[in-house]
Amino acid sequence: MATKKPIEQVERVAIRFAGDSGDGMQLTGTKFTESTALAGNDLSTFPDFPAEIRAPAGSLAGVSGFQIHFASEDIRTPADSPDVLVALNPAALRANIGDLRPNGMLILNSDAFTTKNLGRAGYAEDPLPSLKDRFRVVEVPLTAVNREALKDLKLGTRETDRCKNFFALGLMFWLYNRPIEPTLRWLESKFRGDVLEANTRVVKAGMHFGETTELFPVSFSVPKAKIQPGTYRNITGNTALAWGILGAGIQLGRPAFLGAYPITPASEVLHELARYRHFGVKTLQVEDEMAAISVAIGAAFAGELAVCTTSGPGLILKQEALGLAVMTELPLVVVDVQRAGPSTGMPTKTEQADLLAALYGRNSDSPVPVLAPATPGECFTIMIEAFQLAVKHMTPVVVLSDGYIANSSEPWLIPDIESLPRGEVRHHAEGADFQPYARDPETLARPWAVPGTPGLEHRIGGLESEEGTGNVSYSPENHGRMVALRAEKVARVAHDIAPAEVNGSDRGELLVIGWGGTHGAITSAVNEARAVGKDVSSLHLRHLNPFPSNLGEVLGGFRQVLVAELNCGQLWRLLRAEYLVPAELLSKVEGQPFKVREIRARIDTMLAKGS
Amino acid sequence: MAIAPAALKSKDFVSNQDVRWCPGCGDYSILKNIQKVMPELGVPKENVVFVSGIGCSSRFPYYMNTYGFHTIHGRAPAFATGIKASHPDLSVWVVTGDGDGLSIGGNHLLHTIRRNLDLQLLLFNNRVYGLTKGQYSPTSRTGMHSKSSPQGSIDYPIDPISFALGAGATFVARTIDVDAPHLQEILHRAHQHPGTAFVEILQNCVVYNDNEWLEVEDRKTRVSAALALHNGEPLVFGPKEARRGIRIRDGVPSIVHLEPDENPESAGVAVHNEAHESPSYAFALATLARPDFPLPIGVFRAVEKPTYESMLQAQIDDALAARGPGDLAALLHSGDTWTVES
Ligand code: SF4
Repeated sequence: MATKKPIEQVERVAIRFAGDSGDGMQLTGTKFTESTALAGNDLSTFPDFPAEIRAPAGSLAGVSGFQIHFASEDIRTPADSPDVLVALNPAALRANIGDLRPNGMLILNSDAFTTKNLGRAGYAEDPLPSLKDRFRVVEVPLTAVNREALKDLKLGTRETDRCKNFFALGLMFWLYNRPIEPTLRWLESKFRGDVLEANTRVVKAGMHFGETTELFPVSFSVPKAKIQPGTYRNITGNTALAWGILGAGIQLGRPAFLGAYPITPASEVLHELARYRHFGVKTLQVEDEMAAISVAIGAAFAGELAVCTTSGPGLILKQEALGLAVMTELPLVVVDVQRAGPSTGMPTKTEQADLLAALYGRNSDSPVPVLAPATPGECFTIMIEAFQLAVKHMTPVVVLSDGYIANSSEPWLIPDIESLPRGEVRHHAEGADFQPYARDPETLARPWAVPGTPGLEHRIGGLESEEGTGNVSYSPENHGRMVALRAEKVARVAHDIAPAEVNGSDRGELLVIGWGGTHGAITSAVNEARAVGKDVSSLHLRHLNPFPSNLGEVLGGFRQVLVAELNCGQLWRLLRAEYLVPAELLSKVEGQPFKVREIRARIDTMLAKGS
Repeated sequence: MAIAPAALKSKDFVSNQDVRWCPGCGDYSILKNIQKVMPELGVPKENVVFVSGIGCSSRFPYYMNTYGFHTIHGRAPAFATGIKASHPDLSVWVVTGDGDGLSIGGNHLLHTIRRNLDLQLLLFNNRVYGLTKGQYSPTSRTGMHSKSSPQGSIDYPIDPISFALGAGATFVARTIDVDAPHLQEILHRAHQHPGTAFVEILQNCVVYNDNEWLEVEDRKTRVSAALALHNGEPLVFGPKEARRGIRIRDGVPSIVHLEPDENPESAGVAVHNEAHESPSYAFALATLARPDFPLPIGVFRAVEKPTYESMLQAQIDDALAARGPGDLAALLHSGDTWTVES
């Protein structure tokens, strides 16, 4: 819809939608994101929602938010502070106003600012008068205009009011000149009858309202971003994990087998995979976390590409069985979508604090390779790599995703299938002199001999095995040798992983190291600092065990090292222990991702100290 | 399924490992009988998988010259689920014990039974922890004196048969370690059953709980102490001269004394029916326990319903028929995409 009002061009905007968890804020944000992607902007999103399915209406505990940052240039984070806050009630205002940048735009549903709702949000008096000095406040009587748009439909008040998020969405489409068509198409595929009519009508009404109301004198446009040519789509980390599992099945010529138990924030991977039985994938939702990994190991023993998906508390319950997979040297991929802990912690909030548990959380010396994707899109390729490593090296592999990349989305350059690594899964078939614990001289992997193969009948188990024969053995020398062999086998995975690559210069004053979902914030902070001439570079580790073989050399090129991570210093400890570098730590454990400025501030302090 | 070469013998199923149970342990007899039955099943040796957890009984796979997986405590049914769900063509046997299966692994046993995969669950019940050296188990009698209950156990025991019935088992049987013909017959039946076959094997632990099942193991006392279940035949036990029968009224069993020539059915004695649709009848039988009642031995229940793995495969087939084989490129390009020109 062409606007007659003036259009102001801006290079980047961050908008946060906030409301009750029942207000549909996640859906609103997702639909806005889809339109923004189609408008050709680079973007980054951050959904932030409570674990409660429906907290009491209007309460602070029930506030759900979705932030989207989009730009005509390359961006990597959802932005530290939103430029626009859309707050559907006083609680949403109260929970989010602290983040809005000074002079930012605050769009409110003025109908929700009743004495009762103010009270529920803990406001003793109306906060609006004082906010008007600091922000551009736009009061939209959202409930009323939404009801007006739907008054001739036979919907109850409840159903009518449930549409108001889409009215707000339509308004934001107008304000930022986004295409409405993807949302209309989605509504048509999803709803029928009055519900379809109502939602379609309010999105359009929202746009129309923007054009006609005097509240908005101008609208804005964000030019297309100059990004790498190709075909893009939006993807969240969890969807990418699921598709990566399907991809691994295709690329390795054998559909995957998933054992899972529902857990936030990993369940979407199970949901997503369960929809693709025509890929031959088997998904088993079983009785608990231990069963989930056990069925997967059973399938691996039988020759399948086995995987299980979980989150922190589930990883801990799986550790015993994971130890068995280490001992029996079976290929398996365990995905931990990390969340804030300890214990139940904050299930919907992000953290990176399971690294040491993945490495050392099992009884005795029990080494496994550990990988971590840095972006939602990387979740796809990392699953293919994880399966390849597992099968080639006959070892369980742990993939550490996190709640932030699980739910965030980014435009993803769809990979060319032909460019993806391929490889056939090969089971051992030779019968003569078969030894279940004979080793490949290069990788030290043992043969994968599976039931159904004549002549290779053998027994494996959690008891220590004799080198070669696999017979139960209590020999002290054999145990020492087997412990060393298992460690060496995992260490040799380093031959198959990419060397560490620095963003910036190979030598210099300061190197910032991170892993996992902090990639966007760290890279943005370092690039910002480099743009103003600071001597700082960054390195993001995809392989946490074993480390890339050139890591020591890379570290040696810098006078100072900073490790930034969302835990109390887990990678930091590993690097200090392994390479004896006096690395410093920037730690954050608030269930929230890093803000760019937090990393930037530390870079500046360290550089000031170093010079 | 391919037919096993006729040449397979018992000894083909004997592995090269030394058997390490205590001399006199009931496990020896069970092992021998399973090795005896295996060649008769017509399954190629390479298609047989034994899976176990932890405990004396769980050493079992090491002694079978088939594929074997000695896993972790209590979780064998879950590993077996993964093997069977991914490879329905394999013949999967789980060996567990009363501690492994009903204590630490109670949850896995319950859910594996209710899913009705076509596999065999053999629970060796010796009513004690053997491998950890003699603590009371979940099937031990209340009051049992053991290392961890010097004043007597204050736990009420669980009955494996009732447990399996409660979990919705489609095949439930009880047999005895030293009763070779009966054990073999039950193993055949369990293997034939298309679904989860749960078999409780009463087993003597000579070291920590000797003679726990003596009354039913001993041929002489068995006549009165055990109730042999035969499908279609009345529930009668005891010596010829003092026959007794089991009557079930309102779900409650009681004992009926029979005259030497009396027709048990006329006297109200129940006729055994493995295929009752409702499990209530089998539950009533499961409540029969020593010393007030004879202990039922045989098949309590055998009914059929679709197996988990067949339904899983059917879903895959349906999805394939409806959508064709999965296409990764099409998936990656599904929904909204946009192209950035160079
Ligand atoms: S401890 Fe008991 S059950 Fe275990 S091997 Fe010895 S006799 Fe058998």
